[in-house]
Amino acid sequence: MAANQTLQRRQSQLTRGHLPSYAVWVVLAAAVILGAALSSLIGFSVVGWAVISAVVFVIAATIVTAVGEGERKAKDRLVTFLVYGAFLVALLPLVSVLWTVLERGVPGLNYNFLFTSMNGVTGAVDNQAVENGTPVLGGAYHAVLGTLQITFWATLISVPIGLLTAIYLVEYGAGKNLTKAITFFVDVMTGIPSIVAGLFAAALFALLFGPGTRTGFVAAVALSVLMIPVVVRSTEEMLKIVPNELREASYALGVRKWRTITNVVIPTAISGIASGVTLAIARVIGETAPILVTAGFASSINWNVFSGWMSTLPTFIYYQILTPTSPTAPDPSTQRAWAAALLLILMVMLLNLVARFVARMFAPKTSR
Amino acid sequence: MSTNSLKASTDRGRAGDKIFSGISLTAGILILAVLFSVAVFLLVQAAPTFTADPAEITGGNGFSAYILPIVIGTVIAAVIALVIATPIGIAVALFISHYAPRRLARAFGYVIDLLAAIPSVIYGAWGYIVLAPQLAKGYAWLAENLGWIPIFAGPASQTGKTMLTAGIVLAVMVIPIITSLSREIFLQTPGLHEEAALAMGATRWEMVRMAVLPFARPGIISATMLGLGRALGETMAVALVLSPGALVASLVKTGNQTIAAEIALNFPEAFGLRLNELIAAGLVLFVITLIVNMIARYIITRHKEFSGAN
Repeated sequence: MAANQTLQRRQSQLTRGHLPSYAVWVVLAAAVILGAALSSLIGFSVVGWAVISAVVFVIAATIVTAVGEGERKAKDRLVTFLVYGAFLVALLPLVSVLWTVLERGVPGLNYNFLFTSMNGVTGAVDNQAVENGTPVLGGAYHAVLGTLQITFWATLISVPIGLLTAIYLVEYGAGKNLTKAITFFVDVMTGIPSIVAGLFAAALFALLFGPGTRTGFVAAVALSVLMIPVVVRSTEEMLKIVPNELREASYALGVRKWRTITNVVIPTAISGIASGVTLAIARVIGETAPILVTAGFASSINWNVFSGWMSTLPTFIYYQILTPTSPTAPDPSTQRAWAAALLLILMVMLLNLVARFVARMFAPKTSR
Repeated sequence: MSTNSLKASTDRGRAGDKIFSGISLTAGILILAVLFSVAVFLLVQAAPTFTADPAEITGGNGFSAYILPIVIGTVIAAVIALVIATPIGIAVALFISHYAPRRLARAFGYVIDLLAAIPSVIYGAWGYIVLAPQLAKGYAWLAENLGWIPIFAGPASQTGKTMLTAGIVLAVMVIPIITSLSREIFLQTPGLHEEAALAMGATRWEMVRMAVLPFARPGIISATMLGLGRALGETMAVALVLSPGALVASLVKTGNQTIAAEIALNFPEAFGLRLNELIAAGLVLFVITLIVNMIARYIITRHKEFSGAN
């Protein structure tokens, strides 16, 4: 009995100056009701209701805490609300973008869209589709092929250069001034605007092959300028975490340095490197600006990256939205653009998932 | 004989070593060469612009009169983006590193990374078709009620395709950059500092303010600078969202233009001197972003040396 009383007293001492835990919920309920009332005064909408309720709740909860628990606790609570709120605000555009792409992209994403090009699809064709209510003709087959070819060539250029540079930085160049310079400029290169990379490739090929040279390969060069630094950074990080004991054990067996690198260091880090490369591909596959200035725009299939203009999914989206095939009836073009956007997002998400999967599944087994 | 064969294999191994280190060194130097040649090629192709007769440049008043308004436009767009994105980005980073339930924090981190994974052209399309019409009503209200402030001067754009919309879309694209970099730094805060603050009776916010933020200040600054670099160079969002025009102070009126969007909109049809002119504009953009990025990277490297991180 006495022990029980002591316990009770101690509890009340410890919780003195605290609001009961249900206080916040009471304030929240009051804020939601008040929000509903205020928003119906100025014309009810769900968004207005949510915003007003949130503002009322944050202010009221802070004041209640300030009265019940003191100024410091109130400040702490206010910041907590703001931090949570910032996260929700940051989620809004993500949800909105994904929802928009799904809602508008799904109707257009069909077999016809995936496996026909825009060859022969003119404004008249689109006008007819709108007038007669027939399915929209034309698709993004040529753009998908262009995306795959250009990305393939960009990967082919960037991965060897990026991989070897990372090997130099970690295995050969530790502590040298050249290493510091390369690391610094690789970091700076990650910040090159993509359109400048495109202009660089365009200027380079204009000097070599005459002005106006626009092919898929020029675009691949532009993309590799963007891709190389990403590959270098991720590979470098992965090589750095390979334990030195592995290298030393290999040297102790009399193995040459380059054999150690190719047979011990790289196999250990391969999962991380592969996932880094995949993420780099995911980054450049959605680039639009460099393609606009280097590969031109095509409406038919082009299998040759070394000659002729080429279209990719991002430029397809851009042109379908900005210059609809039929200026008087833009709906078919908009539908195609959103279907292409959905396809592009699916590709990027797939690459991201593959990267995470590779990193997890093929991670080196450690004894610990 | 046996010593000979041993020696032979050693020689072969040595050659392999030389070749391999030589190739990897070449790759490293190639990267420096690429960055250098970006500058050189742009300069060569831009050169005719600077020597041309001022009357032949678009606008008819020489290159600086042409480039200055769009440089200002670029800076305005980037500043709007940063004003919105910096507080939100830092708060989201704090949320993930210090506020969210431990078990969910990783998942939240992935979700924010998703924002970075969405291609810019899709943000542009979203801003063009979804966001701009929504904001148009808000702009009309701003122009009516706050029109006396120059940046909200009317008449507001009917379509909502204004500088402010472009800035908001840019902010969405910059938030994940600021968040992921600040999060890295926040997580590096020495645990002892945080625990010491909490043990002294600090609330969570006081702990963050006294232990985390001072430690992370250089990191936050450089994260913001990198976000600035991204916002300055971002092309598609602006090209799609903004309906370009002459430089105006009002953010809710049609007008203004950024360098990157100017290039993207005009390059496909450009030829002759106009081509050189756009490449010169690209050179200006390159120099601006290069300076911003170099300052940011310099702060990060200095911070690494001092803090003992890594």
